[in-house]
This record gives sequence, structure tokens and C-alpha cells, in this order.
Amino acid sequence: MGNKKKILDRLGIGRILTRISHEIVERNKGVEKVVLVGIRTGGMYLAQRLQKMIKDIEGTEIPLGVVDITLYRDDLSRKAVPRLRETTMPFSLDDKRVILVDDVFYTGRSTRAAMDALMDFGRPECIQLAVLVDRGHQELPIRPDYVGMNVSTSYQESVEVMLEEKGDEDQVVVI
Amino acid sequence: MLIRKAALKFRLYGGKVIDPHNQLEGNFDILVENGKIARVTPTGSTPKAPPESGVENIDVSGKIVVPGLIDMHVHLREPGFEYKETIQTGSRAAAAGGFSSICCMPNTNPVNDSSSVTEYILNKAETGGWVNVFPIGAISKGLRGESLAEIGELKEAGVVAISDDGNPVMNSNLMRRALEYAKVFDLPVIPHCEDKDLSGEGLINEGFISTITGLPGIPAAAEAVMVARDIALAELTGWRLHIAHVSTAGAVRFIREAKARGVAVTAEATPHHFSLTEEAVKDYDTNTKVNPPLRSGKDLDAVKEGLNDGTIDVIASDHAPQSSVEKELEFESAENGIIGLETELSLSLKLVADGILSLSDVIAKLTINPARILRLPKGTLSEGADADISVIDLEQSWLVDPSKFNSKSRNTPFNHWELKGRAVMTIVGGKIVMRDGVIQE
Amino acid sequence: MIWQRKHILGMRDLEAEEINLILETAESFKEISTRTIKKVPTMRGKTVVNLFFEPSTRTRTSFEIAAKRLSADTINFTVSASSVSKGETLIDTARNIEAMNPDIIVTRHSAGGAPYLLSKYVNSSIINAGDGAHEHPSQALLDMLTVKEQKGKLKGLKLAIIGDISHSRVARSNIFGFTKMGVEVRVAGPATLIPVDIEKMGVGVFYRIEQAIEEADIIMMLRIQMERQKGQLFPTLREYSRFYSLDLKRLKLAKEDVTIMHPGPINRGIEISPEVADGPYSVILNQVTNGVAVRMALLYLLAGGGDLD
Repeated sequence: MGNKKKILDRLGIGRILTRISHEIVERNKGVEKVVLVGIRTGGMYLAQRLQKMIKDIEGTEIPLGVVDITLYRDDLSRKAVPRLRETTMPFSLDDKRVILVDDVFYTGRSTRAAMDALMDFGRPECIQLAVLVDRGHQELPIRPDYVGMNVSTSYQESVEVMLEEKGDEDQVVVI
Repeated sequence: MLIRKAALKFRLYGGKVIDPHNQLEGNFDILVENGKIARVTPTGSTPKAPPESGVENIDVSGKIVVPGLIDMHVHLREPGFEYKETIQTGSRAAAAGGFSSICCMPNTNPVNDSSSVTEYILNKAETGGWVNVFPIGAISKGLRGESLAEIGELKEAGVVAISDDGNPVMNSNLMRRALEYAKVFDLPVIPHCEDKDLSGEGLINEGFISTITGLPGIPAAAEAVMVARDIALAELTGWRLHIAHVSTAGAVRFIREAKARGVAVTAEATPHHFSLTEEAVKDYDTNTKVNPPLRSGKDLDAVKEGLNDGTIDVIASDHAPQSSVEKELEFESAENGIIGLETELSLSLKLVADGILSLSDVIAKLTINPARILRLPKGTLSEGADADISVIDLEQSWLVDPSKFNSKSRNTPFNHWELKGRAVMTIVGGKIVMRDGVIQE
Repeated sequence: MIWQRKHILGMRDLEAEEINLILETAESFKEISTRTIKKVPTMRGKTVVNLFFEPSTRTRTSFEIAAKRLSADTINFTVSASSVSKGETLIDTARNIEAMNPDIIVTRHSAGGAPYLLSKYVNSSIINAGDGAHEHPSQALLDMLTVKEQKGKLKGLKLAIIGDISHSRVARSNIFGFTKMGVEVRVAGPATLIPVDIEKMGVGVFYRIEQAIEEADIIMMLRIQMERQKGQLFPTLREYSRFYSLDLKRLKLAKEDVTIMHPGPINRGIEISPEVADGPYSVILNQVTNGVAVRMALLYLLAGGGDLD
């Protein structure tokens, strides 16, 4: 342990987000019904960045929500209680094309929890998943639609996405 | 008494004798013959008895040998509440705790307010008891505080004092008459001092703990007021008053002052009142529920001071067995009471370790002092006296484990306490009833 | 911090950082009550038993809604005095309920300390929903959440609690809670209704309402109960009202933006004059909403903390 391997730097993250922004616009043929929902906390900052980039491309600011999945997890009482944070969804999800944003895709359980949460806010037309890193080990039949980078990791390793918004320098490391 | 296998003739040798009655303190051998103390001789002055003499030599060197301990305030619950304790189990607990004599309070069912109940108790003690049992009769019929019990007949039947313990005699005139009448029969009167109007629905001491627990409080003044009244009545009647379970600084002060003026008043304190404060009650442990309640730190200090300066003459346990049915309840519904016979000596010895009392003072408060108050021919190692003897190992440390108690009940707040000093032998009328913690069946 | 406590027996036991965590968690839960679907699956499969030995529609309903919004199964037992008089003890009742394997038992009892007793005999987590004159922690927490929302903070505020402090579990819990959070707490009432040594709880003691509410940020008026005191604690309601009721004139002594709280139900015209009760200072409805959020937080923390390995 203790071995840190940097897999993405600031420029790399920037390039990936730019590409995903374009992919989102292209795949949805514009952004008319598109909304972004970030999963706390890493996904929230990435969603904010995507919102800004898409505005630069399309000229419109698409709505942004934040979901805290704590209450939808399937492992409550299996470990210490996670600290609960606020969910903000200042719009209805009915008939929206929701882009769910997370930093790392791992087992798929967080995505499952986030989708359950989204369903409580309406009936979206579709949900697509955007992630910065797909590290493998998927445990549920869920795959991301937009992947920044595929990295193969072992269970012992962890992937950390460090962002300026969290007070770090932009980079992704495998520990 | 039960038939017990015991040497008829034996010699305790090598022990350190402390007999406050005879002001004896030193290494002596004690020869017991026919249930009496035959001879007390300096250790080494007489040779060991040869085997053919039939005298068993019992080595008690390193131990303390004292007159058989007396607890003048216990509840044996028989007749009427045999599920809590019986004369047999209660006296067995006494033997285990080093006590050779106990006095049992009259709040049984029926109440010991008539000679037939007294005779019943004495008969039970004679046939099934492990130690000497001296009944205390009621002051008033049914402990109701309305009219006098048949005190003369009680005396003839064998009671050694009268008390309405558990119930204060609220009627001052009845208390006055009780003192006057008891004088005729030479019986001390033992009041439970509590002004019921002041204590009201109180459950614990009134103070910080009652405030934070929201449990109704009993002010210290509820005791002091009645102690003052009873002292005034003792003066009025010129008769002997022994105040049970003193728990407050106010009561200690009134008794001290009365003694200084020559009033015939004596007093006792319980181990729980000099070992625990109201702090123990804050998590609602019903084993700390007792009347009078556990008091403040200041009261505890005053009780210790009273023990120290002789204001409080006696240590008594107020051994009050309660079954789990009465204790595993909401605090307000649980019964009062703490059992004490099996922890009393060790907790009293702690007073020596804490510098409150000398060892000899502790022994006096557990032997000759109660004997004098009750006019019992006990509490002494004089030659010719009944061979009631306790042997104590001051060095033995032990962990309180209520499941090992001989008492039928388990209601002690001292569970898991590590105590030092313990009786290792109890001798009653020349018979060894407890040896090394084991009751001699 | 990591939540490790198994029971909520009283504010007395809670540390300031635990109180903070409960309040923050409750703040997050408030959002759920504004959704169209006011329910999250967090406590699916868990069972919450409301074991009430004293009738209380408001508190019980609040706990029930809280549990339901977290998807827990709830069972209500209101045990009447009659079944207790049949000889079934509290422990018997609790053991019967325990056989159903509840995760949390929410209990109210007229005897102070009853939840302590339960916690010793059952494996479930216990939440005290009011015991005798002892504590009512969820009420204090919702009061604290309400004040925090109103004033934006707790530390440094002045709180005056007026009335029958002796018999009030709400007062006790609030004194423990608010003092731990750095609020200056004062109590006032006739000396017969102020328990001894209460200053050792870190509060200022006054016998006149005027002194206690001076410059107060929050005034909490306790319900006065005539029936329990038989004329020995104060002479008449009329005299009590004259010296201790909160009217417009007295209210001027407090801060201009003072908040008035009452654990309810109010004796209008006795502890609070009608003008004050209906005035703009009252936050009684916020207290109800916050009650559900605080109780969700307590259930959530206890449900998760139970199996810590």
C-alpha cells in the first residue's frame, strides 16, 4: 500500500470532460430535455463542470440537481452510519433525459441507489450514466453510457478522484 | 439450633484478640468449653493441648479474634414474606457475614405486635436458625401508629426493644406514651425518624440527583425534624431512645447536642449510608432505593464524623431483603431495601482503612455497643460468657458477587465491589457455624 | 464523528457533537418531507415499536410518521393501566414485544427512568419518548432545531424557561441540551416549582418572570397544571397568571425578535395571554415539522449504529 499511481492529470481530466460534453449533446440531439444530476460529492463537482462546458457548446444552461444516495444504500447497519447530506432537486424529472454523473464506476450499487432516488422525483424519459473512471468489478447489470477512462484495478486498490473544488489539485490516482 | 458437627472443646490460638468490652487487645488464646469461653490466656503462656485431651487446636494466627458480631437491625421477613427471606436463610447470611447475633424488626405479616408472633420467631430461630435471633416488637398495633401494642407481653415473650421500623410514629402523643410505657418494661424504643408530610411522595434524597432524574425528593429535614422531636420526647419521658439508620447531617447534629446534654439517646448508621451517596441513584438502579434514601456527600461526611466522635454508637445493616419481583420494576414501583449482612463487616472495615475509626472502635460498634443498648449478655470475650466469637481476616480481598450470597435475596448496590477484610469463622454458643466462608451444615 | 450510541435515554447522556450530528441529520431529512414522494427506503425491513404506557397522540404520531417515511414497519402498543394492574410488569411486556425482534422501541411511561429499565432487559435500541418528570429528549432536539433555524445558531443565545420546572421533563431535557450547545439558560417560576440545586445544571434561577426574560432570544412557556398541586405549590391559577403569564407588556423586556415556544397544549390566558399566543412570535407549527425530521434522524442513526462491527 501507499503506492500512488497517477492515472490522470489536470489536462487529462479537462480533455475527458470536454469529450463527454460533446457526446452528451450529440447523443441527445441537443440539450432540450437534458438535465444533469450529480451524485454527492465527487459527481456533484463533475456535473457542475459539465454544465458549464455544455453551456459553452450549446449556449444554454441546463438544469443541475444533486442527489445524496445515503438513504438508498443497501448496506445501512452493516457499518457505521454515513453522514447524511442534502439532496437538491429544484425541478421535476418527469419526461426529462437525466444524465447521472459520478466520479468512479465500481460495483454499480451507488448507481442503483441513485436511480432509486431519482424515481422518487418523477418519471424521467431516460437515465444515462456518465463517469470519469470505470474501474471494473461491476456487480449489477448496469453499465455507464459515457466513460472517461477504463482502468483495471484489484479489490485492494482504491481510485481517488481529486478535484480543485475539494481543495486538491485536479488528478486521479490509484492507491 | 441445627445439629452441627463441631468440636465441643477447642482452643483458638495465635490470633490477635480485640475485645473492646474488656479493653483487651493483643495475642491471646481462647479456650472454649461447653459453649462458654473457659479461659483467655496470653499466647504462648499455655502449651498446646495434647491430642488425647479431646481439645481441637485451631490455628488463627494472623487473624483477628473478636466477640461475636451483633447486627441490631435486620429484617428476616418471616412470618409472611418467606419468598424474600426466612429466619433460616437470613441467619445463614448472618453467619456467613461474621454475625453471631441479629435482631429482627417487627414488620412481618402478621406484624410482631403480639407474644404469639414473637414466640413463633423464637421457635423458628431455635429449630432452624444459624445464629442467635432477638426479636424486636412493634410500638403500635399493626405498625399503624394509632394505639400501643401489648408491649409488656412482648417483653415477656422475649423482645429486646420496640420499633415501628419502616413506619414513623407520626402521632407525637403516641410516641410520648410509647416511651413512658416502654420504660416500665425496660425496653429501648427505636424510632424510624421521618416526617411523612415532608417526605410526601418522595423516592430519593432531595438534591441535585432528584432534580436531574425528576424523581420526587425526600428532604433531609424530614429526618432531622423527627429526630429533634423524638429527642425532646426522650427528655420529657426520661427514657432511652435509639435512633435507627441515621442518614443526615442534621440528625447527627441533634443527636450530638442531645448526648452532650446527657439525654439517653443512642444511634446507629448503616454501611450503605456511610459508603454511598445519592450519586449511586442517578441511573435508576432500584437496588439503590432505600429508606431513608442515600443522601448527599455532606450527609455522608457527617455520618462518618458521627461515627468517629461517638455520636453514632452502632453500625447496623438494616438488612432488608427484596425479591426480584419487587426490584425489577420502574423505580417508583420498586420496594425500598438493601441487603447488608454479607457486606457489612467489610464495608465497616473500610472505615478503618479510611482513617475514620480505629479497628477497636469498629468492633465496639458491632459488638458491645449494641449489646449494651439492648442489655444483651453478649459482645464480650469475658471468661464465662457465651462463646460467641468471630474471626476476621483483615487481608482477604474479595469481589462482591450477589449470586454467591446466602441470603435469599440479591438486592445489593455493592455488586462487583472489591472489598478487603472478611469474617473467616463465626462461632455461636461454642459451635462453629461458619469456617472459611463455608456454612458448617 | 462516528455514531456509536445504542439508546436515546436522555439529553443528559448526549455529547455536544452527538447533538450536532442529530440536528444536521434532521436538517437533511427536512427536504424529504417537501417531496411528492415523502418516503425513502432506508429502513426497509426494520421494525419500530411504539410502546406507550401513557396516552400521547402527538408524540406517537410524530414517531410513526418518521418511521414510515424511512420505510420501517411500525407497530403501536398503547398499554393501558389496566393490563399493568393485571400483574404484567414492564419487563414482562417488553420481553413479549422483544419476541417480535423489533430494531427500535420508542417508549413513553409515567415513571421516570422506565426507559433505563427497558434498556437493561431488551436487545432493541430504546428511544425515550418521555418518562415521568425526567426527560423528553426528542422534544428538546426539535426545540433546538427550531431555534437553530430561527436564529441561525445556538451558541450565545439566551433562553428563558418559565413555569413548573419541577414537574417538567421538557424543561429538564431542554436545560441539558441547550446548555451543552452554549446557550445561556434561565429558569423562572415560584420557588415551589423550581427544584433544588438546579443551578448546578448550569442555569440562572429567577423567581420573577421579568428578570428571566430580560434580553431573552427565546422564551419557552411551560404548561401549568393545577390539578397535580392541590393548592400547596401556588394558591390559585388566577394568582399564578398574574405573576407569571407572558403578556405584551412583559414581552417588551425580551429582545425584539424573540421567539416564543410552548411544548403545548397551551392554557390560553393562563401562561400566555391570547395576544401573545396569536402574535407573530410563535413557531409552534415549525415545531411539528421539525419533530418529524428530528425523529427520522434519531431512528436513522440508531438503525445504522446498531450492528457496528
